[in-house]
Amino acid sequence: MSDQLRSFFGCGLDDERTFDLDDYGDVVPRWCSGCGDHGVLNSVKRLMRDEQLLPERTVFVSGIGCSSRFPHYLNTYGFHGIHGRALPVATGIKLSRPDLHVFVVMGDGDCCSIGAGHWLHATRYNIDMTVLMLDNAIYGLTKNQTSPTTPMGYATNTQPKGSFLPALNPITTTLGVTNVSFVAQTADWVPAHLLATIRAAYRHSGFSFVRILQRCPKFTAPLFAEQARTPDLHEMLIHPNGVTVPGLDKIYKRSLEHDPADIDRARALSEESERVRLGVFYRNESQPRYDDIRHLPTHTAAQNIERLNVELDRYAV
Amino acid sequence: MSSSSPVSAVGSEPTECRESVPKDVIHTNEHVLEIVSDSGEGAQKCGQIFAAVSAKMSYGVWTVEIIPAEIEPPARTPASASGNLIRFGRDRITNWGDEVKLVVAFNEQVLLSQHRLDALADDCIVLIESKWSTHSDEEICQQWKAAMEEIGESGYRIIPVPMEEECLRRVDDPRRGKNMFALGLLAQIYGLDLEKIREQIRAQFAKKAPEVSKSNCDLLELGVEWAEGNLDFRIEIPRIEVDEPRVVMNGNQAAALGAVASGMEFCAMYPITPATSVSHYLCEMFENYGGKVHQSEDEIAAAGVAIGASYAGKVALTVTSGPGLALKTEFIGLAIMTEIPLVVLDVQRGGPSTGLPTKVEQSDLLAALFGQPGDAPRVVMAPATIEECFHAMITARRIAKMFRCVVIVLSDANLGTGQQQFRRPALDERWHAAPPNHRAVGSDERPYDWDPETGLSQRIVPGQPGGMHTITGLNHDQDSQVDYGPEANQLGCNMRSRKLALLHETMSPPPIHGDDSGRLLVVGWGSTKGAIEEAVDRARADGHPVSSTHITFLSPLQPGLRDIFERFDHVMTVEINYSDDLDAPHITPENRRLGQLAFLLRAQTLVDVDCWTRVPGQPLRPGQIHDAIHTKLSSISEMETTPA
Repeated sequence: MSDQLRSFFGCGLDDERTFDLDDYGDVVPRWCSGCGDHGVLNSVKRLMRDEQLLPERTVFVSGIGCSSRFPHYLNTYGFHGIHGRALPVATGIKLSRPDLHVFVVMGDGDCCSIGAGHWLHATRYNIDMTVLMLDNAIYGLTKNQTSPTTPMGYATNTQPKGSFLPALNPITTTLGVTNVSFVAQTADWVPAHLLATIRAAYRHSGFSFVRILQRCPKFTAPLFAEQARTPDLHEMLIHPNGVTVPGLDKIYKRSLEHDPADIDRARALSEESERVRLGVFYRNESQPRYDDIRHLPTHTAAQNIERLNVELDRYAV
Repeated sequence: MSSSSPVSAVGSEPTECRESVPKDVIHTNEHVLEIVSDSGEGAQKCGQIFAAVSAKMSYGVWTVEIIPAEIEPPARTPASASGNLIRFGRDRITNWGDEVKLVVAFNEQVLLSQHRLDALADDCIVLIESKWSTHSDEEICQQWKAAMEEIGESGYRIIPVPMEEECLRRVDDPRRGKNMFALGLLAQIYGLDLEKIREQIRAQFAKKAPEVSKSNCDLLELGVEWAEGNLDFRIEIPRIEVDEPRVVMNGNQAAALGAVASGMEFCAMYPITPATSVSHYLCEMFENYGGKVHQSEDEIAAAGVAIGASYAGKVALTVTSGPGLALKTEFIGLAIMTEIPLVVLDVQRGGPSTGLPTKVEQSDLLAALFGQPGDAPRVVMAPATIEECFHAMITARRIAKMFRCVVIVLSDANLGTGQQQFRRPALDERWHAAPPNHRAVGSDERPYDWDPETGLSQRIVPGQPGGMHTITGLNHDQDSQVDYGPEANQLGCNMRSRKLALLHETMSPPPIHGDDSGRLLVVGWGSTKGAIEEAVDRARADGHPVSSTHITFLSPLQPGLRDIFERFDHVMTVEINYSDDLDAPHITPENRRLGQLAFLLRAQTLVDVDCWTRVPGQPLRPGQIHDAIHTKLSSISEMETTPA
């Protein structure tokens, strides 16, 4: 945000307040025990504490689903809307109020199925917001239906003999969109990496898309159990411009040097691999941002009336 | 005029002679003319300039656009007809009238399309491009012949005009500019102020090279000269100078200007006919003044983006038509549940589904009132004139903000694309909303602190310190906490509904056109007002005790309706939407499906309201409504004289 805007909205000036974790919310979430969403919530609170975000200037927008309860557990402004449509709402908020920090929390059904059209276009708009896609590979709140990211063969209530088709890959999909500017992947069971990744996303100027692999103990436990306890099944993407967590390489020993500026390699790395790759796939702050381009000054009533009178002259009889 | 052929000898030969031909002067208080061409030949522009200039000359004006649904349908087919109907005259004009008295047609096929609509008066004067009659393509000559035979059965006075041949004297491509020649013809026939036309042409082409204006003005002169030298008539309509400042525009322009005048700075939309031009006008203005039009990826997103902008402190607008309104259904429900102010402008077209994209209908009323699952109270209002399109946006914005609610404004294709003049609005700063609030919120303030009497509550918007809360489409309590309890749900429904009762208290009954009581009351809503009132005036002139009333607020429904209805023996709505005719096969009073307003009024007033509705894809004519009134009156008399 420019200094001019900052002073117009009167924020960030002489604010003596400091905020602790609890200032960002102390409600006990109604998620199942063992749900990966708890860990994401903790990391998000830490991020806000570390960045000392003003709670009143922070908005969390969500859709519908387990993960979309997120805003209710935070002491910021929140907008818990309708299924699949968090991104249009967030777009409207950021376009009319560039002074607000906008976060979007969606699930895999929310983002990749019912809201897929908005996902594609929001990626292209590249409006400055942090987008967390909590991917548990299942419809949880409606109780165990196949989602676009459910692996092929995995049985659910709607496809009891196993999911018919290969799962949609949200990373390759996002990387395929023109004007994409930030794509990363992390997992709820690697909290340090999770926090570092959403911090990088928050600090990125533009639309930052983070897919968070998230355990669902009720419906997809077998999908994640082995993965979560086996560091060797992961491959960390490391680079000075990506995410580096000091000490993490002692546990997660497999790593790959990847410069996030390289989109071709990012696309190649996002394809199916033996190991789950965590890190920043792509990052490019020079992509045009729709909210920057579309920022037009607004005017006082008196100014508008003066201009409208000129306009009415064109229609005068 | 020869009795064997409808084609008049006058003007059939191109002439170099520019001597004036003596004129018969037709004196009349008003006239209806139509200019129609293949799509892309500029008849619409010609019509728009004609209408604007006649309005500037203090004539009353109403125009209807003739728009094909495709951009470039096959030329020389009835489907290609594109143009403008203009009714203008000494007095205020409120509708498109009954019959077209003069047509300028660029080919015989588009003329045929208008002829087949039964829209032309028996003695209509037809000025038609003559080149097709002697075209080198034999097929075209045959088509001309066949068309002329079909048309020949009528009593039109047909005057061939060598438009293209004449235009070629000044320009290389007569397809571009024939419309200005036609405008010249009309200007001479009706005695329009040429300097005002030139001004209008220069304004239209202001963004193009100066030669474009120049060549258009040249063609205009050419048309004037040709008419002067060849036509043996002109039409004289008296004028009454008005001393109030006036503007002339179409309803979509009026709505866009109204939106800006109301202080709405944000419009999210997705292209849809016939609503899109609202956003075109807004884009142009906002680029100059600030404010944003966001073209979304779809209709749903447009509603979502507008809601997001409203949530963050503005009152935003989304503009659509029937199919788009259907797509926005869920988001409108969310705005109602979360009490986010939102203005939805629906420029109605024919439905269901894609229906009649460019043509008028009033079929979205019940969808606008009841489109959401669950109980979803909202305000629905319908402007009846172009002027009301302007003011409706200001009223809508104010109601949306004050009552934290959704306001759906139902305009239609007739209002949206028709032009009329009206008193220039005196802009007022009080129409604007205050800027977003940044005051700190006290610990005792709650996001839905409903006044139990009124349901009203103060909105807390992001940025206000201490006001943090999460809004949700789930049922919630005063603190915006999710609450599925029986009492909380009842309370939420009560509070959202109560606001409409409060708004209802501020309203007045609709005025009555004609006597306060009588035998028949005609009830309308939206763009049909002018035609209904003209029909009622004619019926009253025939000596019938008929009156009409026109409803602006459909939700909450304006007060006093039952009282008004009870002062009349019979009540009948007139609407442009579907209803079964009672004499149609299988239709009985029990299974008959009613016009949408009639359905609503019966439910709300328990009065036995009848309806007369049609879905012709065009505005209703005063003559049609007059006939319907007569039919209704005779059936009432018949019923009364038949022994039970």
